[in-house]
Amino acid sequence: MPSKRSWLKKALIALIYLAVWEAASLLVGKELLLPSPFSTVSRLIVLLTQAESWITAGLTLLRIMSGYVLGVLTGVLFAILTARSRFAEELLSPLRSVVKATPVTSFILLALLWLASGLVPLFISFLMVLPIVWANTAEAILQTDRRLIEMGRMFGLSKWQIVRKIYIPSVLPQFLAACTTSLGFAWKSGVAAEIIALPKRSIGYRLYESKLRIETVDLFAWTLLVIALSMLLEWLLVRALRRIRRDA
Amino acid sequence: MTHESIVIKKLTKSYGGHPVFDGFSAEIPLNGVTVLRGASGAGKTTLFRLLLGLERPDGGEILGMQGKKPAVVFQEDRLLPWATALDNVSLVSNSARAGAALSRLGLSESLLQQPKELSGGMKRRVAIARALAYGGDLLFLDEPFTGLDEENKRIAARALLDEGVPILVITHDDAETELFGKFKEIVIGESGTMPAG
Repeated sequence: MPSKRSWLKKALIALIYLAVWEAASLLVGKELLLPSPFSTVSRLIVLLTQAESWITAGLTLLRIMSGYVLGVLTGVLFAILTARSRFAEELLSPLRSVVKATPVTSFILLALLWLASGLVPLFISFLMVLPIVWANTAEAILQTDRRLIEMGRMFGLSKWQIVRKIYIPSVLPQFLAACTTSLGFAWKSGVAAEIIALPKRSIGYRLYESKLRIETVDLFAWTLLVIALSMLLEWLLVRALRRIRRDA
Repeated sequence: MTHESIVIKKLTKSYGGHPVFDGFSAEIPLNGVTVLRGASGAGKTTLFRLLLGLERPDGGEILGMQGKKPAVVFQEDRLLPWATALDNVSLVSNSARAGAALSRLGLSESLLQQPKELSGGMKRRVAIARALAYGGDLLFLDEPFTGLDEENKRIAARALLDEGVPILVITHDDAETELFGKFKEIVIGESGTMPAG
């Protein structure tokens, strides 16, 4: 548990950033260009009192997290396939390279042609997560100590026992790290996809609308909410993953 | 067909064109202790792996291993780094047998420690305890006493002999072979072609 001292340190760092932001805002002198922290937070509080904002944020979360979960599951499946079969690796690895190399905006624009606007963020977060989880998990599977597997076989462990007792604990640290890293990518690219695809009732739509109407304070308030949600999600994920690691 | 011994007939095995065994034949009795000896690089561990079916011979045959349930102490400890001593041994047995085997080897105070918290000798004893707890009908030991002090070598040898199953052991240390009392010896020559003993 973090000590009181470490909380104080964190609060002090946050205060320094707020002071820099406030100073910059005063220096610019136009809320339209750079709103102050006070007006941004005040606006955010107002937004949070509106049920519509919660629905908007909830739907954005739902879209992005659905893509994230789907990406993690598919990443694990592909990792098992490509680590087990050379043919599968040769067949699927170009796909991984293409996904990694293609600019996210190209995918968003293509997805707009193929999918309903509400599904675009889901698809984009899925695409962001897939190669990260896939590559890291496959590498971890391949790096599992062969001597331990041989030991397991020698002592009569079944295939399932070898998976459960040797492969999973061995792969888990790298897999969990990939899950944490890819969450940030999924979140950022998912919101970017919403800004372009503009599904109704989405944070992306609200950001776009704020920009269109030159409501900079709203733009900042929604961005702050995106950051806060991202941090909250990462915190929750890290806690959940720690528990999984402890129980494994 | 049952065998009273493991029969190795005209075994050949090479790695990258370098022959380790070239027509090696020997007979390992399935009772008592058999010590496998030979110079470093002569192929003792390779023979061990061939007998266990972990490698395939290029030619020749090995008879008498079918249907056997060997308990192995590998040259390396091969412990799960994330598991406790007790979990490492319970992996191949039930907790009661695992705890008993660890206690027999003087590790009752270290049941819940992970390999990273154990000394080299303690890890070796966990590996031996795993083989004891498994309840195999043969014991295959590759340099089993590496890192053990004299007292623990004696305790471990006694525990292994008390299993009452045939033991095949690789060791280069004469003093260690004496711990097993009476034993048969098989010597592998430099080219792996010279059975003796």
